[in-house]
Amino acid sequence: MASLALLVADYRGSQLNALRSLLAFAVYPLQSLASLPVDSFEAISGTVISYVELQKENQRLKEVQLVNDAKLLKLAALEKENIRLRVLLENSFQLGEQVLIAELLSVKLAPYEHTVVVNKGSRFGVHPRQPVLDANGIVGQVIRVLPNSSEVMLITDPDHAIPVEVNRNGLRTIAFGTGQPNRLHLPFLANNADVVPGDLLVTSGLGGGFPAGYPVAVVDKFEARPDKSFANIYATPKADLEKSRELLIVWSDTTPVVIGENNKSKPSAPEQQHVGP
Amino acid sequence: MSGHNSVASLYFIVTIAMAMVLRVMSVWPELDPFNPDWIVLALIYWSIALPERFGVFTAWSVGLLTDVLTGRLLGQYALIYALIAYFSIKEHRRLRQFPVIQQCVFVFFCLLGSQSIIFGSESMQAGNRLSLAFWYPVLTGTLAWPPVFWLLRYIRIVARIA
Repeated sequence: MASLALLVADYRGSQLNALRSLLAFAVYPLQSLASLPVDSFEAISGTVISYVELQKENQRLKEVQLVNDAKLLKLAALEKENIRLRVLLENSFQLGEQVLIAELLSVKLAPYEHTVVVNKGSRFGVHPRQPVLDANGIVGQVIRVLPNSSEVMLITDPDHAIPVEVNRNGLRTIAFGTGQPNRLHLPFLANNADVVPGDLLVTSGLGGGFPAGYPVAVVDKFEARPDKSFANIYATPKADLEKSRELLIVWSDTTPVVIGENNKSKPSAPEQQHVGP
Repeated sequence: MSGHNSVASLYFIVTIAMAMVLRVMSVWPELDPFNPDWIVLALIYWSIALPERFGVFTAWSVGLLTDVLTGRLLGQYALIYALIAYFSIKEHRRLRQFPVIQQCVFVFFCLLGSQSIIFGSESMQAGNRLSLAFWYPVLTGTLAWPPVFWLLRYIRIVARIA
């Protein structure tokens, strides 16, 4: 019994990824099975959707597509201009980003943690500390990769912090998760900081983990505390953390993996290496 | 009796697998904080029912799989399950005589102990402020013991595992 406990204690903190990956193969069917009820419900509700509704949705999507196309045209021009300006400034610029669509497995690892499991793992080239987005903003980052699945820590997890800047004026700070769904905390801004409710927070790209410029959250409460050196600021994440079922895993450097259509003309620039914190 | 050995193992594996599925299933996200640790309940049952067949090492292996399943540190659940199986097997004669309510008390203390170990381990890893909801599974697990006990006993009797 004592030897058993010793053996167990030995395991702690050591690198046993190989063993974990091996066992993950045994466990993955169980996870899929657990995810099955919700998945099949989604599938059924997707199948029995009415024709009229489909038509409506199609119409709506076409409109959105049109608007997005128009925006993209402008974006391409802006990107070119940005690159030219940065070359003038002899500055390095952000290389193209690749994404991989991963689907959420509806499993809950530990109720007190804000982590989710997605169905893409190291077989798709996913690696830890990769940023994860949805259509609206940053969702979180990959914390552990198994062959067939990976665990994503959401930005609302109490152990998660993300470097952000205020989109309006470039004020940089760090946003912490609170453990409550849809709530972020910014504890390191002074009482006289230029932040007002409604300000958009975007990733600052500092620290190397997240690519710069993605929306993270919107400030919804600014509470100056005259007796303390820092103000109490809360923000609501932009991403639909509770509802989105498809997530995007992002490669912010151009490591050659999977679907990538970033054949944009790149002027000769120093290859940006991904440097972890 | 020895002819039933593989049958018993099969039932054991299937019920533990079902418990693992229930453990991570999230159909109603609002109910997630109340989801008890079904694997412990199944393990306690089998440890009491067939102590000569499923020992501490089996529980330890199940715990290791649970660690991978739930993304904990390797060894956390292995330790907990091994300890719980040890106590269940040690006390299995007494526990078999207990009425279900009294077994519930034993299960309650098992779950409380296991949750305390998890609490220690999680607190060690991070300054994670665990809320009161962290302790709900102890209560729901205790309440879930009678149905689990009756279901597994029914399965055992139908399958004629001695």
